[in-house]
Amino acid sequence: MKDVKVLGPGCSRCEATAQMVRDEAAKLGLDVSVEKVTDYAVIAGYGIASTPGIVIDGKVVHAGGLPKPDDVARWLSA
Amino acid sequence: MSADLSLTRRKPPREASPLAWAAATVAAIALWFVVYAQLAPFSQWLVARLPVEPGSHLAEAVAFFIYDTPKVLMLLTLVVFAMGVVRSFFSAERTRALLAGKREGLGNVAAAGLGIVTPFCSCSAVPLFVGFVSAGVPLGVTFSFLIAAPMVNEVALGLLFALVGWKVALTYLAFGLSIAIVAGWIIGRLHLEGWLEDWVRNVRASPVELPPNGMTLVDRIRAGLDAVRDIVGKVWMWIIAGIAAGAFIHGYVPADLLGSIMGRDAWWSVPAAVLLGIPMYSNAAGIIPVVEALLAKGAALGTVLAFMMAVIALSLPEMIILRKVLSLKLIAVFVGVVGTGILAVGFLFNALFS
Repeated sequence: MKDVKVLGPGCSRCEATAQMVRDEAAKLGLDVSVEKVTDYAVIAGYGIASTPGIVIDGKVVHAGGLPKPDDVARWLSA
Repeated sequence: MSADLSLTRRKPPREASPLAWAAATVAAIALWFVVYAQLAPFSQWLVARLPVEPGSHLAEAVAFFIYDTPKVLMLLTLVVFAMGVVRSFFSAERTRALLAGKREGLGNVAAAGLGIVTPFCSCSAVPLFVGFVSAGVPLGVTFSFLIAAPMVNEVALGLLFALVGWKVALTYLAFGLSIAIVAGWIIGRLHLEGWLEDWVRNVRASPVELPPNGMTLVDRIRAGLDAVRDIVGKVWMWIIAGIAAGAFIHGYVPADLLGSIMGRDAWWSVPAAVLLGIPMYSNAAGIIPVVEALLAKGAALGTVLAFMMAVIALSLPEMIILRKVLSLKLIAVFVGVVGTGILAVGFLFNALFS
């Protein structure tokens, strides 16, 4: 099971990103756990400076702005 | 895995060649200029057919509204598109890497410049701040970035250039950058690192290696279009409200009344404009039509610019967001330094431009 964290203080983009991850995972038939991280200290600890960020299995794959659905699918299936 | 993945992927958007994208973009921009050139005659034609008495207050206000609404929206679309394309070349992470370990002085200048072109939304201000400080960007340099980003707003700059003239736009840019550089430098000199909230100092950011995004020309044009959908879609109501306020000022507020309140002779108008601007939360796009109308009615340039800068750079909501990382004392220093800079701009402009 993939462990996905969506980093962001909880603005609408962050919500949309988390939903996009869930949608794409469902389309791919992947079993993922999506966790939203809103703690600023934790977000900064991952080294990103712009949100929303996406961390998959401990690895940062995206930072800043809404990702593209195609990219999310690619990261999830990598 | 990759074989069946390609089946489950959403169907790719129409595969147009980069050349077709480029050609379509050029054609769209050309069309923009053609339509824009017709706005003034078209609005005059339209106003002449309205059942309002020519030359009346109402006619003045209506003419302003009818001409300015499409004009401002079109200008905004063009500016935001261009900025979206420019910003696809920058990211907050790369900016941070550029600024980390930079010494004060040159670092403040670089930070202010990058503040204009680096994309980040206001809800990202805190992660950005923490990310910068924890990666070793000096506090003063971080502030130069944080001040420049909202203050020299690309939307404000583009609209000022188009509506009020290049002289004002250029001086706005120069003084906005100067305030960001000097204020950041002063905050750095004061050595206020101890006034950060404790947890901020304890965060140690690990350097992150983002996969290269490999954007193509088409991706960058798309980024511009996304920015238009995103920003214009969000601020168009503000703009129409701003134009309505501008139209009212244009039609009904007597020039000599405004001249006595916001003119160059009333020295207190500059601090009053700054105080008035802080609690107002508008964005740049809504303020510019008001600025345009105020200037046309004889308000002094310095006073109006000070008001605009206070509205944009010293917003109460942003301070509340920043309270999560900064102590109240540090926020007070921030407001004091930036406010002083804005006052200086106001007085200076009133003295320079008459």
